[in-house]
Amino acid sequence: MRRIGVGLPLTLLFASCNRGILDPVGPVAAQEKQILINSTAIMLAIIIPTMIATVAFAWWFRRGNPKAEYRPDWEYSGAIEMVVWGIPILTIMLLAGITWIGSHDLEPSRPLKSNVRPLKVEVVSLDWKWLFIYPDQGIATVNQLVVPAGTPVSYRLTSATVWNVFWVPQMGSMIYTMPRMTTRLNLQADRQGSFDGLSGHFSGDGFPGMQFKVQSVPREQFAAWTQGAHGSGQVLDARGYAELSKPSSYVPPTTYGTVAPGLFDAIVANRAPANPVPPPEHNRPLPGSKA
Amino acid sequence: MFGRLTWSAIPFDQPIPLITSLVVMLALGGLAFWVWRKGWWPYLWHEYITSTDHKKIGIMYIVLGLLMLVRGFADAIMMRAQQSLAIGASQGYLPPEHYNQIFSAHGTIMIFFVAMPLVIGFMNFVVPLQLGVRDVAFPTLNNVSFWLSASGALLVNLSLVLGEFARTGWLAFPPLSEKAFSPGVGVDYYLVALQISGVGTVLTGVNFVTTILKIRAPGMSYLRMPVFCWTALASNLLIIAAFPVLTVSLALLMLDRYLGFHFFTNDGGGNSMLYMNLIWVWGHPEVYILVLPAFGIYSEVAATFSGKPLFGYRSMVFATLFICIVSFMVWLHHFFTMGAGADVNAVFGIASMIIGIPTGVKIYNWLFTMYGGRVRFTVPVHYLIGFMLLFVGGGLTGVLLAIPPVDFVVHNSLFLVAHFHHVIIPGVVFAIMAGYTYWFPKAFGFTLDERLGKAVFWCWFIGFNLAFMPLYVLGFWGATRRLQHISDPSWAPWLNTAFVGAAIIGLGIVLTVVQLLYSIKTRDQRRDVSGDPWDGRTLEWLTLSPPPHYNFAVLPDVHGEEAYWTRKQTAIREEKLIAEPDYQPIEMPVNTPTGVVVAFFATVCGFAIIWYIWWLAILGLIGAFAIFVWYAWRDEHEHIIPVEEVMANARERRRIRMEHLHTVSQST
Repeated sequence: MRRIGVGLPLTLLFASCNRGILDPVGPVAAQEKQILINSTAIMLAIIIPTMIATVAFAWWFRRGNPKAEYRPDWEYSGAIEMVVWGIPILTIMLLAGITWIGSHDLEPSRPLKSNVRPLKVEVVSLDWKWLFIYPDQGIATVNQLVVPAGTPVSYRLTSATVWNVFWVPQMGSMIYTMPRMTTRLNLQADRQGSFDGLSGHFSGDGFPGMQFKVQSVPREQFAAWTQGAHGSGQVLDARGYAELSKPSSYVPPTTYGTVAPGLFDAIVANRAPANPVPPPEHNRPLPGSKA
Repeated sequence: MFGRLTWSAIPFDQPIPLITSLVVMLALGGLAFWVWRKGWWPYLWHEYITSTDHKKIGIMYIVLGLLMLVRGFADAIMMRAQQSLAIGASQGYLPPEHYNQIFSAHGTIMIFFVAMPLVIGFMNFVVPLQLGVRDVAFPTLNNVSFWLSASGALLVNLSLVLGEFARTGWLAFPPLSEKAFSPGVGVDYYLVALQISGVGTVLTGVNFVTTILKIRAPGMSYLRMPVFCWTALASNLLIIAAFPVLTVSLALLMLDRYLGFHFFTNDGGGNSMLYMNLIWVWGHPEVYILVLPAFGIYSEVAATFSGKPLFGYRSMVFATLFICIVSFMVWLHHFFTMGAGADVNAVFGIASMIIGIPTGVKIYNWLFTMYGGRVRFTVPVHYLIGFMLLFVGGGLTGVLLAIPPVDFVVHNSLFLVAHFHHVIIPGVVFAIMAGYTYWFPKAFGFTLDERLGKAVFWCWFIGFNLAFMPLYVLGFWGATRRLQHISDPSWAPWLNTAFVGAAIIGLGIVLTVVQLLYSIKTRDQRRDVSGDPWDGRTLEWLTLSPPPHYNFAVLPDVHGEEAYWTRKQTAIREEKLIAEPDYQPIEMPVNTPTGVVVAFFATVCGFAIIWYIWWLAILGLIGAFAIFVWYAWRDEHEHIIPVEEVMANARERRRIRMEHLHTVSQST
């Protein structure tokens, strides 16, 4: 009975929220979590004995302990030196191996191994919201990323203003979005559901509202969604983009049924209409500093 | 006439900064008035403000650092309060434009105007004493360095009442910090303040490298230097190599902002990745500039209070220099998520982990210093053990961050925030508190209260764990840093725990002040007459507490690795002091107002640049230059301390030492 009493609030506490990187929903996040756990375990094997020894040595060799042998001139031991250099070197060699292999396996630009053809998504960080363009489907969304479960997604990312980081903790790797540059990222969600996404790099006053939801849905449902969205709703042409790129925060999800072709590359090349000429509202100076 | 500066620069609509700055100005004004009433200004002017004595300059640095710690902590507790309040529907009490200034100011102040002055302060106070010499290589330059740092600190704090501070984070990454996205004066305050204090820091580096390489007591060979001096040498070499990079990166950003250049802009061929690389080429060594001298302090504390020489001295020296070099080869680990490719990421990740090897060795060497010793559980030893227990954890999370695939999921999150506080608070702040307690009697001739000191330690230790361990958890849950508003209500318990932790640290800071006042009040019961209150091993404990201006009547002759310990043991064994030497008059550098006047003009010039008051900027530059010319044409460089005064002081010290020797030999 008591167990339930303690367990219930705890369960509620944990169930009411996603558990971020500890609750991976795809292969990338799962491998990264595994590396995190393995490396921590390797290091704890060294660190816990060291912590115990610290307390034990300090306590046993306290001044008031008559049983401890005082060796006022003891300051060197070749054998101990060997061990104290050897232990960290061996640990780091092991971790370096993990690092080398892990960095290559999980390189964000590397396509994921899969029989399914990857979905292409282009990501643009704006002030302060996310634009997701589906070039092959000819649609776009704001602050809502819909992906088919079990399908690798190949992202190209850029920013229309300042730097941001595209981050969906439960899907794995994050990556910078930078103006005039393109980064690449490959992720996959195997589980269906709704996951939190956010910007992981401070980008100005509206930064905390730069959140989005990832909807991972079955493939058929994804196909139905794209078909339904295509051609309907708002149009993301020059004027639509100019309107969208005005600074705003906590923007509710929107869908565009038509997207001007080549919009992403235009943004990268700084050719897009109403592009980075920064809106005056971005870090508007305080009353004090009239610029 | 006044550039961008108008009455609207004063934030009349924002009560928090306005009232704070009014209170601070009233307090400072009241303090100045009280000092005037007591008639202490001439004393302060001659003994501190214009002093070229490395000990006085060191004390001024430490006072500056502790004052700024209070400011930086005020920012910290405001952030924690905001994140505890602004959850879900509530927006808290700080709007984004104010909150963003606070976290930027917190980082800038804590690194540049708390940690740096404190570490440089200890190097100033301790290094010449440990080397057994009378002063640093360039005493006037030393005074200039201090006042330039103070000038930077003043400008940062001025932004509270005039205009605004940067809203970009403590490293002011472009393009956000470019004029296009941050048109206000905030980033200009940041850039100008750091440029001015950066000059002071580079001068310190030059000064201390020269001192340690060229000026040491007879017989003090490199491998007889105390480890603190070695770490100071490594730290100052890093300053000389790294700070010019900072100056250049900030200068390029200034060119962008002031003259319309395109180094880091989005248009005109600029590239913001360049700034990211440059700033971290400085930024990563900066961590070691701070932590190496801290390791030095721990080494002194471990040896002294274990009653044993430091275990593996040569290993320690090698590890220090190894860290010094490798720290320049790891900067890229601050942005693995930029997409540089697997090879680059892996190489920099492994290089970063390699730093963990010498650091691990250091931990084991302190451990084996205690082994076979007689450990006295004084306040500095509390900090040492607290540090050893916590720092291994901070190292663990650091190595995790150095593994690119792990960094990909924790980068820039609260996990990162928890990690760097986990290394800097136990690594640097604990060391500073240990050093403060350890060297206080040397500086002022009486010890600090032990019980209050332990209370302060427990506040820091418990407060740190409560404040930062929850941030690791939140980092795992996908919480990023610098959030003015929290959407997920389930984070509340962890954020509230962190707030409680910060409040406990605040209590520790209050108790530090109480400890100081109480110790001053009861100083007559806690006098350090022997000059050696802890049974020390290095040369600073050879001289009086506080030491005379010239430190040593005759430069000590060094035999063996532990200069003072060897000498003390010989004296105890033979039951006599070394034969009285032949005292000579001593030449010491004269006081100079150069530093404070140059810094005044630098502040004026900096302020004018921030507000586009060009005529005033030119006046400030001319003023600063004129002072240098005036200084270069001075006639009087040194004053002579007569041999009678030297002899009187030295004989007094010998008398005390003889008495002490009798007590020691009777007790053993």
